[in-house]
Amino acid sequence: MTTLTPSKEILPPPSERFTVLGWMKKNLFGSIGDTILTLVSGAFLVWMFYNLIVWIFAKAQWAVVTDNLQLFMKGQYPAFADWRLWLLIWLLAVISGMGWGIFVKRAEMVGWVLLAVPVVLAIWVYSLGRTSWWILLMVDVIAVVSYFLGKRYPHRLARLTYLLMLLYMPLVILVVRGFGEDGFMKYVPTNLWGGLLLSLMLAIFAIFFSFPIGVLLALGRQSKLPALKTLSVLYIELIRGVPLITLLFMGQLMLPLFLPDVSIDRVIRAVVAMIMFAAAYMAENVRGGLQSIPRGQYEAADAIGLSGFQKMVFIILPQALRAVIPVLVGQFIGLFKDTSLVYLVGLLDLLGIARGVLANPNYIGRQLEVFAFIALIYWVFSYGMSYASRRLESSLGVGER
Amino acid sequence: MSTDTTSKLTKSGYSMEEEPIIICEDVHKWYGNFHALRGINMEVHRGEVVVIFGPSGSGKSTFIRCINRLEEHQRGRIIVDGIELSHDVRNIAAIRKEVGMVFQQFNLFPHLTVLQNITLGPIYVRKWDKEKAEEIAIQLLERVGIPEQAHKYPGQLSGGQQQRVAIARALAMQPKIMLFDEPTSALDPEMIKEVLEVMEELADSGMTMLVVTHEMGFARAVADTMYFFDQGQVVEKGTPEHIFEHPQEDRTKLFLSQILQH
Repeated sequence: MTTLTPSKEILPPPSERFTVLGWMKKNLFGSIGDTILTLVSGAFLVWMFYNLIVWIFAKAQWAVVTDNLQLFMKGQYPAFADWRLWLLIWLLAVISGMGWGIFVKRAEMVGWVLLAVPVVLAIWVYSLGRTSWWILLMVDVIAVVSYFLGKRYPHRLARLTYLLMLLYMPLVILVVRGFGEDGFMKYVPTNLWGGLLLSLMLAIFAIFFSFPIGVLLALGRQSKLPALKTLSVLYIELIRGVPLITLLFMGQLMLPLFLPDVSIDRVIRAVVAMIMFAAAYMAENVRGGLQSIPRGQYEAADAIGLSGFQKMVFIILPQALRAVIPVLVGQFIGLFKDTSLVYLVGLLDLLGIARGVLANPNYIGRQLEVFAFIALIYWVFSYGMSYASRRLESSLGVGER
Repeated sequence: MSTDTTSKLTKSGYSMEEEPIIICEDVHKWYGNFHALRGINMEVHRGEVVVIFGPSGSGKSTFIRCINRLEEHQRGRIIVDGIELSHDVRNIAAIRKEVGMVFQQFNLFPHLTVLQNITLGPIYVRKWDKEKAEEIAIQLLERVGIPEQAHKYPGQLSGGQQQRVAIARALAMQPKIMLFDEPTSALDPEMIKEVLEVMEELADSGMTMLVVTHEMGFARAVADTMYFFDQGQVVEKGTPEHIFEHPQEDRTKLFLSQILQH
């Protein structure tokens, strides 16, 4: 028989002291099979890593990248407007620095690493003697200063930061494109945009416009008005049934056939195709979020007398969108990488530039270097988005059901 | 019908001579082929506390949800504070302004703080400025006994606290009528009391209340009139004394004997 004797003292949880050796013994050399597996895969990893290092530092000829760095970064974008790009990068440093200081309570290692990356880059570029290195260094300085400003005055600067975040994308479009015949903001035609700049512009355009359209389509699909609902469903199902590349080709080749007298910019045509495509998928993702909201939320909003519009804006959408942040960010990342498809319709995005550089007889056989380089660029941006979204999720996760 | 036509003043002191604030005449509702409400008649006076009870599926919740148009009735008339519920959106909005509702599952907005939950309606529907709305919200939180929770999120509160916030949220609109749809059914036993106390205080303050509940102790203490629902109809109506001491219908006796046994 067991007796129920209440324990008087409150016990601390059993502590497990962490030691490297203990961990290894438990996880790597637990049994004979484990040990063999550890040794074999360890040897394989070391061999691969060794080859990689040797290739990066000894065999690879990086001149193809360093010689064409400007092309990779901005294509034919004219030098007189370079300062506009730097301005935008600095502004981004202000926004992310302040955002970090205001919204992220404790500075994490990763944050400092992210800040340190431009420093390393700056030194690298300096040693190459190309761009003025202080311009890059300024990015860091600005980010750090904004970080401390944000930490110091979180309440006063919060509204400004939100405003900048909201305005940043349209501002990018305006500043990169420019306006007017001459002057310091002279118009730069889109056929001069290229490289990473074009890839980012396409992604920014597509994300910025497809998001609201997608939300509207999702709401349309849930609407009680039959015409609106049918139209939304038709649009979504039609677009989702077609690959992106066909939309891009239709934009480039068939639009001029249908509208012979209207000439629309080629980049705009590609962007519109991407926006149309992304919006349909966005709509389905947002619909998933909308369906995850319990009926009680709608009823509670009705019961306090909110109008249909207020109910959506204050109650339903904030919860629905928060629920699908991971999916949406996944889609944004996919969209960013999908911009490389525009190479197939003849635009010189990062991939297009890469193919162009490789066509140069001076760089025959340098595919590996070039593709490794652009893969790294895609990875840095995609991982950045993914990291930022996880931060956003955890800082929005307060009061989760 | 009514058992006390002689006494003009009832338990919570409402006057029977005034025009009723809620009039329901022959209310019907179908879900597909299922006849959920089969001709409900009810009159509720200002300050009256009505308790509706009955077995599950008897249409109690459906009925009180018709009063603020969360459900649509298909036949009959519902008139709240002189406004008839119809398809006219303005009428629905006007009635919802005057009718507060508390749900079984609380239905607080999880992404907003307690204070924001309470002030949302006053700010955007009543168009008060934020300071006034927050001042009143704090007063209401004090009234329901949890002013210290104002800046927390609903997920951080206990069930009883959440339901008290839900009551405060409904009261913040300064409604003339409060509907309670099984407010304590989703609560742990020890939290039921704290919610019932708030509701009793509210009843004493003269609020017109319609309460769907199985808390017979609460009904006996607070209700002016009780309605027993079964299969979409009002089987019996009367004061708590009448219902508990001398129920007329066999169905009522059986139901009461079942729930009062425990």
